Order: sequence, then C-alpha cells, then structure tokens
Amino acid sequence: MGRYFLKRVLGTIPLMLVISFIIFMFVHMIPGDPARIMAGKDATLEEINRTRQALGLDQPLMKQYLMYLDRMFHGDLGTSTTTGQTVAEMIGPRFLPTLTLAGCALVWSLIIGVLLGVLSAVMRGKWEDYIGMLIAISGISIPVFWLGLVLIQIFSVQLGWLPTGGLDNMQSYILPSFSLGIGVMAIMARFSRSSMLENMKEDYVRTARAKGQKESMVVLKHAFRNSLIEVVTVAGLQIGGLLAGSILVETVFTIPGMGRLLVDSIKFRDYPVIEAELLLFSLQFVVINLIVDLLYGVLNPKIRYES
Amino acid sequence: MSEEKGALTVPQEEQALAPRQSRVKAFFIKFLGRKTAVVAACFIILLVIIAFLAPVLQPFDPATPDYDAILSPPNAKHLFGTDEYGRDILSRLLAGSRLSLSVSLSSVTLGAGLGAVLGILAGYYGGWLDSLIMRTADVLLAFPDILLAIAIVAVIGPGLSNVIIAVAVFSIPSFARIMRSSTLTVKQSLYVEAARSIGATNRSIMWKHIFPGTVASIIVNFTMRIGTAILAAASLSFLGFGAKPTEPDWGAMLSTGRNYLGVAPHIVYFSGGIIFLTVLAFNLLGDGLRDTLDPKIQ
Repeated sequence: MGRYFLKRVLGTIPLMLVISFIIFMFVHMIPGDPARIMAGKDATLEEINRTRQALGLDQPLMKQYLMYLDRMFHGDLGTSTTTGQTVAEMIGPRFLPTLTLAGCALVWSLIIGVLLGVLSAVMRGKWEDYIGMLIAISGISIPVFWLGLVLIQIFSVQLGWLPTGGLDNMQSYILPSFSLGIGVMAIMARFSRSSMLENMKEDYVRTARAKGQKESMVVLKHAFRNSLIEVVTVAGLQIGGLLAGSILVETVFTIPGMGRLLVDSIKFRDYPVIEAELLLFSLQFVVINLIVDLLYGVLNPKIRYES
Repeated sequence: MSEEKGALTVPQEEQALAPRQSRVKAFFIKFLGRKTAVVAACFIILLVIIAFLAPVLQPFDPATPDYDAILSPPNAKHLFGTDEYGRDILSRLLAGSRLSLSVSLSSVTLGAGLGAVLGILAGYYGGWLDSLIMRTADVLLAFPDILLAIAIVAVIGPGLSNVIIAVAVFSIPSFARIMRSSTLTVKQSLYVEAARSIGATNRSIMWKHIFPGTVASIIVNFTMRIGTAILAAASLSFLGFGAKPTEPDWGAMLSTGRNYLGVAPHIVYFSGGIIFLTVLAFNLLGDGLRDTLDPKIQ
C-alpha cells in the first residue's frame, strides 16, 4: 500500500516538470520582447537591456528554465506587467472564490446526476428513462455561458430573485454554480446509469432478488453500492473540468476568480500572470488526478496489487 | 475472429463474408431504428444545406447596419429581431452557420488526421515511439479542452484560424488513443498476418489493411468531436479570443449580445439556442452511430 502511494506521488514530479517546461516554452514562443513590454512604452534601449539582464533573459534558454524553476520553488511567481503587483498577491485572493464555486457545483451536480442516473437505470425503457437521458445529453450539449446568461435574464432581470453577478453572499453562488455544474451532472447521470445497468445484470443482484429482497433494497444495497467506486472515480476526474469551466462562468457572472484573471491577463498580454495561472491550473489538475488515483487504490485493492 | 478491446472495429472475417451492399443496408436498417439519431441527422443535413445556401437564403445582408431598427425584437420584417447595429439576426445566424461548421469541421479533420497517423504509428510500431506518443497524449488528455485551447490561443494569438489550430490540437489525443487501440486489435488479425507473409511493406499494411478496419471508430469519434469543437470555438469567441465581434460568428454574437441582455434578450436567446441545438444534434448523432456501429451493442 505504502509502495503504491509512493509510486503515484513520485510519478507526479516528472509530470509537473514536463508541464512546467511546456508552459515555459509556450510563454517564450509568444511573439514580442518581454523585456520591452516590462520596461514600458517610453523606455530607452539602455533601460530595456537593463530589464533584460534583471529578468535573466540574456541567459541561455535552459539556464533561464532552471532560474524559473528556482523562482517557482521559492514562491516567486513574478510581477504583473499591467498592475505592478506581485503575481502571488494577485492570485491569492482569487483562489478561494474559484474553489468555492467549483465545490458548490460539484456537490449539486453529483447528487442530482447520480439520482437521475439511478432512476433512469431502474426505469429502463420507460418515459422516466428517456426524460432522464434527454436532460443528460442536453446538459452535455448546452453552452455554459449561454445557460448563465439565460438564468440571469430569468432569475435576476425579470424576476429579481437573485443577483446578476459578483460574490457578495451565498445567494450569489446559486446561478453560477448551477451553470457550472450542469455538464458534470449530465456526465454523472449517463455514467451512473450505465454502471447501474451493468451491475443489475450481475449474479449477486439476481441472487438477492431470488431471496425475495425488496426491489429498493436490491437497487440500493447491492447494485448502487457496487457502482459507487466507479462513480466516485469519475466524479473526482470532473473537478478539473469544473475548474476550467470556471473561466467561462466567472466571465459571465463577473466573479473575481482565477478564471477571470486568466482571461484578463491574456487580453492584456500580461505574461507573468498567464505563466503563473497556467502553472497553477495544471498543478490543480495533477493534484486532483493524484488524489483520485490514490482514492481508487484505497477503494479497489486489485489496482494496488497490480501496480 | 479478432477480439474486441473497447475499439469499434468490424471483425474482418465478417467483413469478408458479408457483401458490402448488405452491410451498408444492415447499418441503415439499424440506424433508422434509432429515432433521436435520425432526427439529429436530418437537422445536421438541413444545417449543412442552409450553410451552403446561406447567401441565397439570407433575407438581409448580415453586415449591413440599419440604424432605424436597432435592437428590434422579433417581428414580421425581422423574424429573429435585430442587433445593436440594426443587423438582421436571422441573416447573421445563417451566415454564422457557414463559419461555425467550417471552423469545427476543419479543426476536427486536422485533429483527426494527425491523431490517426500518430495512433496508427504508435499501435503498429510499439516500443519507445508508442510510449512517447501515448504519454504525450495522456498529458494533453489530462487537461480540460477549453483550458488547453485558451493556453494555445494565449500563445499564438486570437483569431478564427488560430481557434482552428487550438481546437485541432486538443482533438489529436482522443483520435490517437482510439486509433492505437483499433490498430492493436486489427494488427493481430489473420489477414494482416497474411499480408505480412506475402511481403507487404509496413506502409502498405498500415494504410491498406489496418486503416480501413478502424474507420468505424474514427467516424463515431469524429461526429462527437464536432459538437465539442463547436462548443470550444464558440467559447473562445465568447471570451474574445476567436472571431472578431463584427463577424457573424455564433459565439461572438452571443458575446456582444450579453451587453444588451436587459433590453434585447432575443440576441442571446437565438445565438445561444442555435449553438445548443447544433451541438445537441451532433452528440445525438454520435450516440446513434456508436450504438449502431459498436459490435458489443450489436
């Protein structure tokens, strides 16, 4: 067990190094001279050269990458070219709103998605199943930014029940988290339906029925319990999608989160912020995937032993 | 009989025994039994026809402003209303169908082409090439599509041609993975062994013998990826990284329409609604094709 954990945790180190190198190269491929941008519009050639030296941009590429890694390990994410603030200062307060939003979206989408999936599986071939799956495929196909705007128009502009944007109170999370979670709800519904259908064909379910157990007990205690391992794994893998979806939802609802900061920094070509944001988003995905992997190992001994 | 391992490959012995015509007939009979997929296919065919005939069908020039009809709600003259410059929304949506379909089709075709080549090479040769291609695909697959697309656009800059590149890049890994899995299955078949034994070259085996056996999987993924590509391209345009606001792009129309949500919600309703219906149609068609072509479901 310990070996499995260690192997998985150590496996993320080269992955993060590869990702950090790709992001570093990406940002270096962006057309334009970062030293000129950072020195400002009216800077003289001498000032630009000084900035280039200060940033280490006159060094060979590999050395620049090692310097970049060294800075990252010391928590120095650089300075924004548009605000002059350190990137850490800019990102810090935006972390929590994005995580809270993704958390709220995950909770509702999981509960409703799994319920919908189980109901569709139990009612297979009946109208409840068709409606459930129609909701699910619509959820996968709907553009989240459009759903957000339609919800604002109905619940904020016409009915005046909920705020149009911002994150001033708990009510402000309702519309953005609903928009953000709709895709995950749909994926969970489709997945839990197919997983339940597979499990309901198993011998142990037939045995439970043959023993005269109530259908609700057969569904919940036998089929659903066995589907749960796979459902938990798939749910974990959706968190990355939720964080990425926050880029669109935060833009629609003017939420001061990580996603909106990324969009703004790309618009203003604020490279240190883009670099740090991409790295942090990637780190979040890698950590989430690692946690899911470890959880799967805990829940499913077969995986542990095979590895 | 070749064994299936998740890939949608048609068993070759069955292919050899059944005449081509009867296989096509069997496919259509099975596909026509899936009502939602048939409706989706009809919608897509209609959309393609509209895209081709857009210049003829447009009641107004999609770029010409009409300052007497700014933000008009739907009426007899402008069935879907007008935008902030008085341009006819229906005409812009019709013109946008060309843009959306061409962007999504070209990006997925590019992604499918590159992914198929990489997948077949990985599956056929194996070894270090397989590890290199598949580990890179795994890294790319670990990231949500939209983030990867935004990262690429951040580097290469905004614009529709760059959106095509960004969407193509994130489409590559899924095609590479499916193609590799199909190649591994088909590679074991007797007819591939026979081709090898009569001295066929690797290139000939890959493209003449293995590739045709993997087409079913590629078609299903291709259909499903078009929906994703339309969504991603619209998302990028909505964020301001895709089409220019002046272009009749569905995502860009939605982006500018949100500034007038309180006074002219029809702009948002119609432009977003058409994106939703188109993506839904491609997803339903993809589901239908998968159910029809998947030998496990057969």
